[in-house]
Amino acid sequence: MTQTAEGKALSRERLLSAYRMMRTIREFEERVHAEFATGEIPGFVHLYAGEEASAAGVCINLDDRDTIASTHRGHGHCIARGVDVGEMMAEIYGRKTGSCHGKGGSMHIADLSKGMLGANGIVGGGPPLICGAALAAKIKGTGGVGVAFFGDGGSNQGTTLESMNLASVWNLPAIFVAENNGYAETTSSTWSVASDNIADRAAGFGMPGVIVDGFDFFAVHETASEAIARARAGGGPTLIEMKFTRYYGHFEGDQQTYRADEVAHARAELDCLKRFAGLVTQTGELTRADLDAVDADVAALIDQAVEEAQAAPLPTAADLLTDVYVRY
Amino acid sequence: MARNITYREALNEALAQEMERDESVIVMGEDNAGGAGSPGAQDAWGGVLGVTKGLYHKFPGRVLDTPISESAFIGAAIGAATAGLRPVAELMFVDFMGVCFDQIYNQAAKFRYMFGGKAVTPVVIRTMYGAGLRAAAQHSQCLYPLFTHIPGLKVVLPATPYDAKGLMIQAIRDNDPVMFFEHKALYDLAGPVPEESYALPFGEANVVREGGDVTIVTLGRMVHTSLEAAGRLAADGVQCEVIDLRTTSPLDEDTVLESVEGTGRLVVVDEAHPRCSIATDISALVARKAFGALQAPIEMVTAPHTPVPFSKALEDLYIPDAQRVANAVKTVTGWTR
Repeated sequence: MTQTAEGKALSRERLLSAYRMMRTIREFEERVHAEFATGEIPGFVHLYAGEEASAAGVCINLDDRDTIASTHRGHGHCIARGVDVGEMMAEIYGRKTGSCHGKGGSMHIADLSKGMLGANGIVGGGPPLICGAALAAKIKGTGGVGVAFFGDGGSNQGTTLESMNLASVWNLPAIFVAENNGYAETTSSTWSVASDNIADRAAGFGMPGVIVDGFDFFAVHETASEAIARARAGGGPTLIEMKFTRYYGHFEGDQQTYRADEVAHARAELDCLKRFAGLVTQTGELTRADLDAVDADVAALIDQAVEEAQAAPLPTAADLLTDVYVRY
Repeated sequence: MARNITYREALNEALAQEMERDESVIVMGEDNAGGAGSPGAQDAWGGVLGVTKGLYHKFPGRVLDTPISESAFIGAAIGAATAGLRPVAELMFVDFMGVCFDQIYNQAAKFRYMFGGKAVTPVVIRTMYGAGLRAAAQHSQCLYPLFTHIPGLKVVLPATPYDAKGLMIQAIRDNDPVMFFEHKALYDLAGPVPEESYALPFGEANVVREGGDVTIVTLGRMVHTSLEAAGRLAADGVQCEVIDLRTTSPLDEDTVLESVEGTGRLVVVDEAHPRCSIATDISALVARKAFGALQAPIEMVTAPHTPVPFSKALEDLYIPDAQRVANAVKTVTGWTR
């Protein structure tokens, strides 16, 4: 299917929704990048800019029956799953009004009511959990699916490999999304992944493996929608490998001396938002004015999120000891 | 009505009654049915020591065999717990925690706090611990102190069939992640257990023998060792109060402190290694909070700081026995400044 044909298969409303999702992620991450540089954001922050088409192209196919697990680079997945952007920003600032009341931070943003089982500070932490979410959906007969996002680094963890095997053995409605952005911290995936492609490993676990241009929303959407539909129908798991790059370092503050000048090229020639905008305006499905209106909305949303986060109260001493247990 | 059944049967009955009561309860683990995909019986074992025997046919689709992939299936149990099920997963031997600990201590234990109180993870991880079966260094450890150290986990160690049933039912109904330790030398121990369902609260120690001279604080299999020692000592006129902690997290500090306030003497009996153990934890608790009552230094009876040996000649020396407990009691009763 051509991109154009696939583009036309999506309603105007869905196209706008996809664009808004990707633009919100981009604007959120560019703003966190800028604000981090002021020194006001504590801790470790890993930005998702450049990878938006993956989160959006997968998550736009999900509904409230479904659960995802994310990674340390989780902001994009949270936004694509509908986690409140203001609460996310407040969490990153360590505020009491944050998604986790300031107890989680960037690496642990979660909203189980939105089917978002958490960003995760442990590489490879999510796939076993998603087997469980998928098992629960299967046993309860909800038709729900579980989606585990992990990186090229996470693809080498035993937890991920065990989980793919278990998902096939139990025939779970699970999708494994390997976001191969080229680097696990500083280490190139061309070096650390012994197979030519992460997707090649799917054969070893008895499931389809698909490689997708991770900069291409429509390609991601098409692949993910097929895999998700198959999983919902009882057809079992799929491994999808996104190939793309991240626009920033492993974390904010990373000087990225291990990289060639690939980001400038990606931003100029491959960028998911540019490609999406170019295509939908060319086909006439959306106008530049439609997109500009979204851009303006999103910019205002992020401005507001930052202003509110900066003004929000910090947690207090009383919060230190709460919510360790439901009851102890 | 109570009948005499074994620790193994008590656990099985608890699982069956809870699965009957609540269809969100599922059971999973290596060979928990036994025989998945094989040409023979699909419920061949019921777990390596038969605790889950018979549940597979009674509860179709809710007893799952797993590949030997502890990270994947322990993690799956945890993920399923966040998604509305109440899984009871079996980590066959606690010694295998090394291949799946991340899912337990970084994931399950932390979700509630790290996500700002929004997660509920009602998972039970059953696991077998302890020395005595000549199972050697990688199948005989206690390791419950490691889990007790982690905020967010509850740690339960029944010593009797009665407690095994009641604590298992509580563990399944509990909304926090529970590590449930079953001593492999206790499975055939029989004792009175009511047929009806009952839950024993966590954090309530059991005074299994009353006495005014020395407090013995213990847990798990060592409860029986301590009772044996207390029986012998009574013949010599020394009355021991024996406290079975039943859970190490939460910990019933009050029962321990009240007893020591009365006896002035403490012996802690713990099958785990001596460093950073329940023995040291209870000793520190009493030294801090009942210092004024102590009439003698605290004694600890533990395994040595060695791996668990294989040979009968060595393993029998490794495991604390009633004689060592009695000696420790005599040390604290005979102590003079």
